[in-house]
Amino acid sequence: MRVYEVLFIIAPNIEESDIETLITQLSEVATNQGAQIARVERMGRRRLAYPVRKFNEGHYVVLTVEGSGAEIAEIERRMRVTDAVIRYITIRIDEDLKRAEKFRVRRAAHAAAAASTRRTRQTEPVLPIGRDEEDGESEEREGE
Amino acid sequence: MSSEPREQGRRDDRGGRQGGGQGGPARRFVRVRKSCRFCADKVDYIDYKDGRLLGGYIPERGKILPRRISGTCAPHQRMLATAIKRARNAAILPFSTD
Repeated sequence: MRVYEVLFIIAPNIEESDIETLITQLSEVATNQGAQIARVERMGRRRLAYPVRKFNEGHYVVLTVEGSGAEIAEIERRMRVTDAVIRYITIRIDEDLKRAEKFRVRRAAHAAAAASTRRTRQTEPVLPIGRDEEDGESEEREGE
Repeated sequence: MSSEPREQGRRDDRGGRQGGGQGGPARRFVRVRKSCRFCADKVDYIDYKDGRLLGGYIPERGKILPRRISGTCAPHQRMLATAIKRARNAAILPFSTD
């Protein structure tokens, strides 16, 4: 199974209610094809870095889609036809996420290993000191 | 104990000069070793949607800031470059500015 991030920009002159229906429509396209929408993120109205179809602003929406990949083609086809969507990009993120997870696990293992060596290193110099203290205590006890 | 950190500092300097290469004794840069910000922050994935983060790596012209200036390590520079290119297509970052 693959995870995709579908980011699209809706024209700024679209009503809020129409944006909602558009998002649900696109989500339904994906779910009807057998994909699952893991997350819908509204990034809100943002300035564009450069004009897109003569618009300087746009509503950013990010859908996280889990599926086989065939649904993406359908979503993209729908977005291409829809005039309200001025820009879209789909990015496959499951491989990147897996890689990030691997790094995280490796770092955790590394930290654990470092912690254990630190512990052994700490115990080494502590031991003679501990023994000295014990000696001192025993001497005191002998004195008593 | 007190001499230890000083020694480390000297070692860093030497590394920087080695990086300078065959400049010879005439060119004497005291190069401060830059460290990868993403390694320091333990970043595993650079999100292309984070325009504020990526914006720091594009100078006026809108180009991708080279590694030798930012000090980013190779793996992170690769991630950063991909993220910037994605962000450009999403109109989060400009392709060019003047």
